Amino acid sequence: MDIYLPIAEVSMDVFVLLGLGAAVGFLSGVFGVGGGFLLTPLLIFIGVPAPVAVASSANQLVGASLSGVIAHWRRGNVDFKMGFVLLVGGLAGSVFGVWLFTWLKRLGQIELTISVCYVVLLGTLGFLMGFESVRALLRQRRPGGARRKLHQHNWMHGLPLKTRFRRSKLYISALLPIGLGVAVGILSAILGVGGGFVLVPAMIYMLGMPTQVVPGTSLLQIIFVAANVTFLQAYTNRTVDAVLTLVLLLGGVLGAQFGTRFGMRLRGEQLRFLLALMVLAVAAKLAHDLTIRPPSLWVISTEQT
Amino acid sequence: MSRRSRLALLLFAALACTGGPARADGVVADLSSHLIAITTGFTGASVVLFGATEGRGDIITVVRGPEREMTVWRKGKVAGIWVNAEAVVFGNVPSFYAVAASRPVDEIIAPGPAALYRIGTGNLRLQTKSPATPDEAARFGAALVTEQKREGLFAADPLKIAFLGERLFRTTIGFPANVPTGTYIVEVFLVRDRDVVSGQTTPLVVSKVGLDAAVSDFATRQSAAYGAIAVVTAVVAGWLASLPFRSV
Repeated sequence: MDIYLPIAEVSMDVFVLLGLGAAVGFLSGVFGVGGGFLLTPLLIFIGVPAPVAVASSANQLVGASLSGVIAHWRRGNVDFKMGFVLLVGGLAGSVFGVWLFTWLKRLGQIELTISVCYVVLLGTLGFLMGFESVRALLRQRRPGGARRKLHQHNWMHGLPLKTRFRRSKLYISALLPIGLGVAVGILSAILGVGGGFVLVPAMIYMLGMPTQVVPGTSLLQIIFVAANVTFLQAYTNRTVDAVLTLVLLLGGVLGAQFGTRFGMRLRGEQLRFLLALMVLAVAAKLAHDLTIRPPSLWVISTEQT
Repeated sequence: MSRRSRLALLLFAALACTGGPARADGVVADLSSHLIAITTGFTGASVVLFGATEGRGDIITVVRGPEREMTVWRKGKVAGIWVNAEAVVFGNVPSFYAVAASRPVDEIIAPGPAALYRIGTGNLRLQTKSPATPDEAARFGAALVTEQKREGLFAADPLKIAFLGERLFRTTIGFPANVPTGTYIVEVFLVRDRDVVSGQTTPLVVSKVGLDAAVSDFATRQSAAYGAIAVVTAVVAGWLASLPFRSV
């Protein structure tokens, strides 16, 4: 059954969109990443124009993340203080990001930027996480190994504005989560992702947060950043397709609930290893697409008048 | 659809014979519908063009969508990656273009009149808005036509116009699901001795209707409110979806 998307101006099979939403929502619940990094490329792949895919994914993330946060919150796995500190940076970053998006769109390089950003980010993160989680898994096989320190101390712990985050069992400078928030906000606007796939590893490895509270906290800040991006994209670029969003959400929110429960059964290292594999797979696909000769060397873009 | 159009054709033929309001110089034509309504289930549409000629002759029809400004990018390989390298901007590209003819176009019309009436994708007279050499303009223009054909927005081959007897003709013009909205112009030319002897122009409106029209209209006119509503809707949907799982 086809449905016409009024902003994207294309017809799509409604069941394909529902399935896409459900699959991405499930992953979002398991890993605490919004799933936007999969949703946006997939939407572009099935024929939604890239700018609309980016903006509508951001809108979809708002609903999917909220549903995920509620599920995690019931289990006490959300660090609200950390979430709001991240958010301060996130909002600033997303304002700058939407401006950057508009500028790149005018230059005609937005799709390239989207792809290259994905490849670099996903590739780096995938490798880092993959190595780390394999090491952790191997270490557990050998009983009696030396107990690891909670986290390493380095230059980051010398920064001012030290704040205590009780739920995360951390005492670190507030500048770290704020800076992280800015980076994620920019990504969110340009890539239509909540930034969870950057945020989750950064929270674990950079901030040293316990794995259990990471998904819920990450989703909490994604809600607000994605909401901000949605609003700005709708206002500046008019690329948010509400019909597309609603269909994706319908599948997505349900998938997220099941994903959260499934994620509870997996151990932290296994979770990270699986996420690393998925991230690498997407990066490899995108890198491949960038380097092979495209089927057509020509691209047409229409100015809306 | 076809029965209704056939009825209209009969009616039209009757009118033409009595020499009523349909009297015209050489050719008269009309569409089965002057509105293509894009609804939620829209997957494309077709419109029947029918008419009659005075005396013998061939018919060529041109359907032209509203003109848009389009940028044509040529990809090039930079450091192993395919990027949008060069661009030419065209100011007056029809967003939809289709030609229909009763016989192969180059057999029934001379190149001069074809160029004058902009018949055929080679005669669009695309104007560049960015600095480009004539050679570049030609290359990028040709690529634009090829790409639009691939999208189904420029008809690949001239459609066939069928004559019913000596004077009545009809053809079906198909529009794909991604048809651009706006006011289209349908030109009907009567061709005799390789030149246009008569013509008629009919408008055709492609428009979103119902919910989709409301959504896209709202998104354009009240973009701030639309953005806010989009966020709120997503929040409510996310909250609603978590309700059934509360007891777990």
